[in-house]
Amino acid sequence: MFNLHGYGPSILEGTILSLEVSLISLAISTLLGIAGALAKLSGSRSLKFASQLYTTIIRGIPDLVLMLLVFFGGQVFINQIASRFGYDSYIDVNPFIAGVSTIGFIFGAYMTETFRGAILAVNRGQIEAGSAYGMSRTLIFRRITLPQMVRHALPGFGNNWLVLIKTTALVSIIGLDDMVRKAGLAAGATRKPFTFYLVVAINYLIITSVSVYLLKYLERRYSVGVREI
Amino acid sequence: MDISIILDNSSVYLEGLKNTILLVSVSLFIGLMFAVPLAILRNSDNPFYQMPVRAFIYFFRGTPLLVQMFLVYYGFGQFDFIKESFLWPLFKEAYFCALLAFTLNTCAYTTEIFRGAIKATPHGEIEAAMASGMSRALMLRRIILPSAFRRALPAYSNEIIFMLHGSSLASVITIIDITGAARIINSRYYSPYEAFLTAALLYMSLTFILVFLIKRLENRWFAHLQPQSESRPVIEAPP
Repeated sequence: MFNLHGYGPSILEGTILSLEVSLISLAISTLLGIAGALAKLSGSRSLKFASQLYTTIIRGIPDLVLMLLVFFGGQVFINQIASRFGYDSYIDVNPFIAGVSTIGFIFGAYMTETFRGAILAVNRGQIEAGSAYGMSRTLIFRRITLPQMVRHALPGFGNNWLVLIKTTALVSIIGLDDMVRKAGLAAGATRKPFTFYLVVAINYLIITSVSVYLLKYLERRYSVGVREI
Repeated sequence: MDISIILDNSSVYLEGLKNTILLVSVSLFIGLMFAVPLAILRNSDNPFYQMPVRAFIYFFRGTPLLVQMFLVYYGFGQFDFIKESFLWPLFKEAYFCALLAFTLNTCAYTTEIFRGAIKATPHGEIEAAMASGMSRALMLRRIILPSAFRRALPAYSNEIIFMLHGSSLASVITIIDITGAARIINSRYYSPYEAFLTAALLYMSLTFILVFLIKRLENRWFAHLQPQSESRPVIEAPP
């Protein structure tokens, strides 16, 4: 259907890179999200304030602006520090690291909200039972809260993942060879931009559709113990 | 930090602010206008009405806005029939292409929001309208849509914020919105902090103003759901 003029493998490479960026940023954002949720629910006022500030700022700034800030600003910052330590040659910020850390940081804020709600949804009695058994707080979190919050977190987590995949398209702007940029290069060479961007769009549709299917399966799997009405 | 760079170039940021506000408000408005009828079609039982709308929503919600914008801006030039048609002067303009992509994107998301809101209309209300002998159009206008708008507002307010953030992509196709202004300043002075932090601050202020306005609208529209104050005079039953 699509004549890719031999650029198929190059687009595939870009697709794999996009998936790498998505998965690594997902891991970062999940860790940040759990940390943020625990901070929001903790008794400490400063921790609460810090996590509140984090989620508020992220929701106020577009992803692209943050990414450009990290990419260009990080470059200046690292070189200033390096020259202070007497290192003279120029350091380039790796766009992969800039992209992954920005996306992870942004979605960490959304994950914080998701996990906060999920932790709150775990039955209080379960946690009380845990502490009645003399479990420490970390043990309660690991054995009781964490396994049960997964069910409540999955729908929000899935939504965040679907948005995250689409956000990875932005890394092409800071020069990472993901599928959007590969398509752009191929389009420039063949003068067939519509074909190549359509292929990329279909790739995204396939990835999101497969994700939706897997998430449905996981949701069913984690709701096995719940009686359906 | 060198604030003077920003102060000297405040006109660039003002231009960017104007373009961002224009792009976001126009695309949101047109998107909303089309979303309501599309949501009604999406809820119809007829597959000939329903399927095209579903396909539209599936495509625009499943692909990145950046790719959609590239498809419109770079993609349409591939076809000679568009290049030769009277539409070409429009598709040549980055501004029009960004606007078109944004409008289609927000329209798809908004349609999905309204679909859910319409679907959630309580059966009793529809039955009551039918029992009063309302026609389908009257029922839509007087019963279903007003309450659907209310139910849709929280989700739609998220969509407004998403569109504001998404509009920063316009800078990629040469439009000077707030992000575009920041990129110009950054490349002119090589001062990423000043340039992008100013942009971030502008976006944040816009976001918070919007959130504030929506909160007020919600208070107004949801006045009937607010807990009633204790001091309300109670009408006593006559003895």
